[in-house]
Amino acid sequence: MKTDIILAGVGGQGILSIATVIGQAALRKGFYMKQAEVHGMSQRGGDVQSNLRISDRPIASDLIPTGKCDLILSLEPMEALRYLPYLNENGWLITNETTFVNIDNYPEADEVYAAIKTIQHHVLLNADALAKEAGSVRAANIVLLGATIPFLGIDDATMQAAVRDIFARKGEEIVTLNLRALAAGKAISEQRI
Amino acid sequence: MDRELLLGDEAIAQAAIDAGLSGVYAYPGTPSTEITEYIQARTDDKATHNRWCTNEKTAMEAALGMSFAGKRALVCMKHVGMNVAADCFVNAGVTGVHGGLVVVAADDPSMHSSQNEQDSRFYGDFSLIPMLEPSNQQEAYDMAYGAFKLSETTGEPVLMRIVTRLAHSRAGVARQSAQPQKPLSFGEDPKQFILLPGIARRRYRALLDKQPTFVRLSEESPYNQYIDGTNKTRGIVACGIAFNYLMESYPDGCEYPVLKIGQYPLPVKQLKQLTDSCDEILVLEDGQPFVERLIKGYLGQGIRVRGRLDGTLPTDGELNPDKVARVVGKENPAYFAASPLVEMRPPALCEGCGHRDVYTVLTEILKQEYPTHKVFSDIGCYTLGANAPFHAIHSCVDMGASITMAKGAADAGLYPAVAVIGDSTFTHSGMTGLLDCVNADADVTIIISDNETTAMTGGQDSAGTGRIEAICAGIGVAPEHIRTIVPLRKNYDAMREIIREELAYHGVSVIIPRRECIQTLKRKKKNV
Repeated sequence: MKTDIILAGVGGQGILSIATVIGQAALRKGFYMKQAEVHGMSQRGGDVQSNLRISDRPIASDLIPTGKCDLILSLEPMEALRYLPYLNENGWLITNETTFVNIDNYPEADEVYAAIKTIQHHVLLNADALAKEAGSVRAANIVLLGATIPFLGIDDATMQAAVRDIFARKGEEIVTLNLRALAAGKAISEQRI
Repeated sequence: MDRELLLGDEAIAQAAIDAGLSGVYAYPGTPSTEITEYIQARTDDKATHNRWCTNEKTAMEAALGMSFAGKRALVCMKHVGMNVAADCFVNAGVTGVHGGLVVVAADDPSMHSSQNEQDSRFYGDFSLIPMLEPSNQQEAYDMAYGAFKLSETTGEPVLMRIVTRLAHSRAGVARQSAQPQKPLSFGEDPKQFILLPGIARRRYRALLDKQPTFVRLSEESPYNQYIDGTNKTRGIVACGIAFNYLMESYPDGCEYPVLKIGQYPLPVKQLKQLTDSCDEILVLEDGQPFVERLIKGYLGQGIRVRGRLDGTLPTDGELNPDKVARVVGKENPAYFAASPLVEMRPPALCEGCGHRDVYTVLTEILKQEYPTHKVFSDIGCYTLGANAPFHAIHSCVDMGASITMAKGAADAGLYPAVAVIGDSTFTHSGMTGLLDCVNADADVTIIISDNETTAMTGGQDSAGTGRIEAICAGIGVAPEHIRTIVPLRKNYDAMREIIREELAYHGVSVIIPRRECIQTLKRKKKNV
């Protein structure tokens, strides 16, 4: 088992919270894991990414080589396109469709969506709307996380348990809400397979 | 599984705690900051010193003092912090240590958050002390854990060199047993730390005499490993994290003999074994070609050495698995082209940040009323004033340089010469420059944009919070030219007035716009 994931987004969007849940789940399964993060200057509204590698064998590099990434998970559609050269032949691109426009020359959203759709294995979803349906727009990251479940190499039950773990101290209501968000994301990806 | 997921930085911090650490001394700096933060979260300052220091020099000196008193001390900094600490660092090699003293230098090749790519191994080399360079988080833990003992047995500080990708990457780490702190004690030689020339010469001779021992320790070190391979057309020296990138291309073992380096000075025995049995040598190291230069020699007359110097690898930028794969003929193909739609998304000052208000008003006045102006800035969030929409600054060089460069340019005849510096950078290295300005009655306008924190590195305590005016007055700035204001849109008129008055004044003036960093404010509100 080996899953190499690039988590992408804009500084402040919370890609590390997604990494935390996947990390928790990977630990539960006894997998090896490496997760390279970006700290410092780029966290101020710049593009950020995290390389997350999970395997049942020891992992050498902290960074994912070109063409070896199994899964790009992005909180922002243009950011999803930034890492395309890393995606492997059969890799999946999963991204939120809500744009984060903090630069003057942000491309037309429709062109960005069109570029995403040229990748055969893509899931383009409105994580914010789905999160709102699940109970809170703040659960958008968990919706996206749910959308990775069919491709992650970690089973649904383990992912649910990890979400429970992470949100347990915030009370049962928040746990339930996030489990709903997780299921909503998973359902979208299952339709795409 | 009894492994904890730790950043490389956190692994070092945990190891230091487990090794009986009595104090960590540091100034925040990416990618080293998380070492001290981790220790702060897990120890009580009364039992283990863990407060931030004013700069890397004060940190290094205090740690040497703790070592003098027989206890184990850790100093952490980013690579450029080594320049600030260097006076004490280099001399600490000559004094030697008593309690274990470990210095962590976190290098930032590719300058993710830095001004240069200097490689800290050069510092360890000319200081003539042992060095460690981990390839992964477990090694970072094990090396840091053992480094205090290594320091005590060799009687020298130990430099541990890490790079961004190790510092900021998480992996499972297994811990060793926790040791108690050392008791207060003093060395046998009462003159050890008195570097008068006569004593310094003796100490330096002793340090030189230790060098063969350091080489032997490297040869016996578990961190320097000779791994044989069948294809002897090439031998590979892989230092620190570069070893991982190499193994990424060889999941089932490398065809070439590999010498994995984790401890310096270089192990002569294993290196000779490699050069004797292989046709040429490839050196893989993150940062500058430190090992490559040593092996190649200036004239390059021995065995053929490939690496950054001969163009086999690029001379700048961090290593990564792709660069290494290309060199060993295992290039990783891309299946999807980069999209032409993707635009650069540079970092920017946060919406609502006080620095924004400062730059808005300052640039408006300077551009309209003083077209010949120059603004010297410094290291911190406010360096982002270089970008759109402000384009406000003309320099950013090193900690504190805003004030002194403004002075030098004013000395040369520039008017108006304006400095923009943050509160934490001011106390780090700006205060001495301000004294120069006062003593020379320099014609400078210094803006200390005070957000009451060390913001860029994540909101650590700032050494002068609440005392900036008092410090400036104490240094000798005339009280009527120390002006404070809250940088908010509603105060723009008052800000304009103050800035105009102080620009017009021909002498040292300090303007202190003060409003808390919105990120620390947000965190405080969240935690209430």
